Amino acid sequence: MNSPNASGWKPEMTPADGEGPETLTGNRALMLEEPLIFELGNAETTGVDFPIEDGTNASLGNVVETVIDEVFYRMAAFDRRDSIGLPGLSEPETIRHYTRLSRQNYAIDLGLFPLGSCTMKHNPRLNEKVARMPGFADVHPLQPVETVRGALEVINELAHWLIELTGMHGVAMSPKAGAHGELCGILCIRAAHEARGDARKVILVPESAHGTNPATAAFAGYEVEDIPATAEGRVDLEALKARLGPDVAGVMITNPNTCGLFERDMKAISDAVHAAGGYVYCDGANFNAIVGKVRPGDLGVDAMHINLHKTFSTPHGGGGPGSGPVVLSEALSPFGPLPYTARTKDGVVHLVEEETADAFSEEHFAGKMQSFGRMTAFHGQMGMFTRALTYILSHGADGLKQVAEDAVLNANYILRSMEDLLDAPFGASGPCMHEALFSDAGFGGGLSTLDLAKGLIDEGYHPMTVYFPLVVHGAMLVEPTETESKHSLDQFIAAFRHVTERAKAGDEGLKQAPYYAPRRRLDETQAARKPVLAWSEPEA
Amino acid sequence: MARYFTDEHEWIDVDGDNATVGITDYAQGQLGDIVFVELPATGTMLEKGGDAAVVESVKAASDVYAPISGEVMETNDALEDDPALVNTSPEEDGWFFKMTVGDKGELEGLMDAKAYKAFCDEL
Repeated sequence: MNSPNASGWKPEMTPADGEGPETLTGNRALMLEEPLIFELGNAETTGVDFPIEDGTNASLGNVVETVIDEVFYRMAAFDRRDSIGLPGLSEPETIRHYTRLSRQNYAIDLGLFPLGSCTMKHNPRLNEKVARMPGFADVHPLQPVETVRGALEVINELAHWLIELTGMHGVAMSPKAGAHGELCGILCIRAAHEARGDARKVILVPESAHGTNPATAAFAGYEVEDIPATAEGRVDLEALKARLGPDVAGVMITNPNTCGLFERDMKAISDAVHAAGGYVYCDGANFNAIVGKVRPGDLGVDAMHINLHKTFSTPHGGGGPGSGPVVLSEALSPFGPLPYTARTKDGVVHLVEEETADAFSEEHFAGKMQSFGRMTAFHGQMGMFTRALTYILSHGADGLKQVAEDAVLNANYILRSMEDLLDAPFGASGPCMHEALFSDAGFGGGLSTLDLAKGLIDEGYHPMTVYFPLVVHGAMLVEPTETESKHSLDQFIAAFRHVTERAKAGDEGLKQAPYYAPRRRLDETQAARKPVLAWSEPEA
Repeated sequence: MARYFTDEHEWIDVDGDNATVGITDYAQGQLGDIVFVELPATGTMLEKGGDAAVVESVKAASDVYAPISGEVMETNDALEDDPALVNTSPEEDGWFFKMTVGDKGELEGLMDAKAYKAFCDEL
C-alpha cells in the first residue's frame, strides 16, 4: 500500500508494541492522558477576575443586602452553603484541557470521514471568514428589525436559492436540524389535512428510509406503517399503492435512499399518494447526491428538509449547530411556520411574525397563509445561513452540479474498487448515488462488521456507518463525499481492502482491535445498560 | 407442551389454552448484546403478526411480533433489570410474556424445531 512514509526519508514511527516503560503521568509522548475537567479544577482558581465594588461581595452565594429606591432587599434566595462543584480553571488550563481532548478525536480536518448518510464533508474556510464578519457574527435576534436588514437579505437570498434548487414553492428557514425539519414538514402536512377537516392517522415509511422518519411521524401523533423494499433495494411501489387509502396522511421517503440508491419510481409514488389525498415528505438528508441534477419539486414532493450541514457544507457533528430548512410545495406553503421572510414589490425584505402575519398575509397572499405556529424562538441558525449562502455563491449553479457529480463518482469508485472482495448487495442495481453499501457476507472466524470497523481505526480512519440500514446484514455504509481526491480515496481503499482481507481470512487479531487508539474496545453494552451520566466526587 | 417457531424468530410454548413467548437463540445471536426490552402491558390484546414487544441491542432496535392472537397475561419482569437474560437464556429464563391462545388454528402455520433449524440454516 502507499504508506504515508513511502519514500523512507524519515525513520518509521515508534511502534506501540507495549515494550516501553510505564510512564508516571500515563502520557505516551505526544499521546496525552487527560482527566475530566471536574478532576482538574479547584474552587480557588478562576479564569476571570471581576473588579469588586465597594460595599459588595463578589463571591457567588453570599447574602446580598441592598437598598433600591428606599426599599431594603435581602436576597437570601441566593444564599448558598455548599459548593455546586463547578470546576475552577484558569484560561490556559481550560484551553489545554479541550485541545488535549481534541487530539484524541477524529475530524474531517484530519482525514477522510466515510460515515455514510452523515455527509461529513470539508467546511470551506471562506464560509468561516464570511460568517465571522462582524455585521453577521454580532447581530442579536432581539435587535430592532431596521438594524438587521442585511441579515434578512441573507436569509431571503438563501431561501431563494433553496427554492430554486429544489423546484419548490416556499421554504421554512427556522428548523434547526434535519429531524427538526422533518417535524416541521409533518406538522405542515397535518395542518393541511386539518384545514380541510380531514383528520388522517397513518404515515407510511418505507424500509429504505432514514431511522428518524418513523420517529418524527410518531412524535407528530401518527401511526407508522412500514412499506417493504424490493430485492434491488428500492420502495415496493405496488405494496405502497395497495396500502394507500383515506386514512393515510402521507408518505416519508428518503431519496436517494439509505441503500445508496435513487428511488426511480418517485414520480409514480407521488402521483399515487396525491391521488389518495395524501402528501409526500422527502427526507432530503441525501440531497447532496442530486443537487443541481434533479429538482424534488418536479418529482411531486410536498415537503423536504435540507441539511445545510450536509449538502451545503456548514460544520457538522459537534463542529457547529445543524440547520434544516424545509422546502414546501404550493399546497403546503401556506401552513409553514413563523417567522418567515418575504420580499415585497418595493424590494424590501420583511420579517413576518405573529403580530404582522395576518395583515401581511391579507395584503400579499390574499389571506392564504395559515401558519401552524412556530418551530423556534427566533429565525433559525443565522451563522449557518451565512456559511451555506457563501458555499452556494462560491460554487454557483454549475459548481453545485459538480458537487453532486463528484460525490456520486467518488462513491461509485469505492463501490467498484471493493466489490470483488466485499459483498455489495445492491451492486447489481446499477450505479450507487453518494454512498456505497456493503454486507459482512464471507467474513471468516466469526468476525463481524464491528471487528472490521475497529480494525479501520488502527489504520487511522474513522469507521463507516455500521449496522445501518437494517435491511442489509452487517451493513457498512461508506460515503466519501466530493471532498476526497483520487489519491485520498486510493489510500482509504487500500486500508479498507487490507482490513477486509483480514476479516475474510478470519484473522483473530481483529477481535482485539483497535490496538493503537487512546482507548481500546469500550464496553458499549454496559454503557447502554447502566450509563453513568453525571460525574460525582469520589468519596474521600 | 409443544414448542413452535415463527419465521420472525419468535418461539412459543403452548400448554393447553396458555402460551409463553420469547425470541430464539438465533435471534439473540444476530442482535448482539441486548440492552433493553419493552414488554406489552398485561391485558393487551395481541393480533397474530402484530407488534408485541421491542428489543433493543447495541446494534439496533427491533420489533417482536405476536406469533398468534391472544391476551397478554403476564410479562417477564426480570428482563427489566437484566435484559442480558435474553442473551444468556433466550429460550428459557429470557422469555418475554405469557398469553392466552385465542385460536389454536393459528398454530398450524408455525414451524417445529426441526423445520425452524432448517429455516435458519438457509439464512
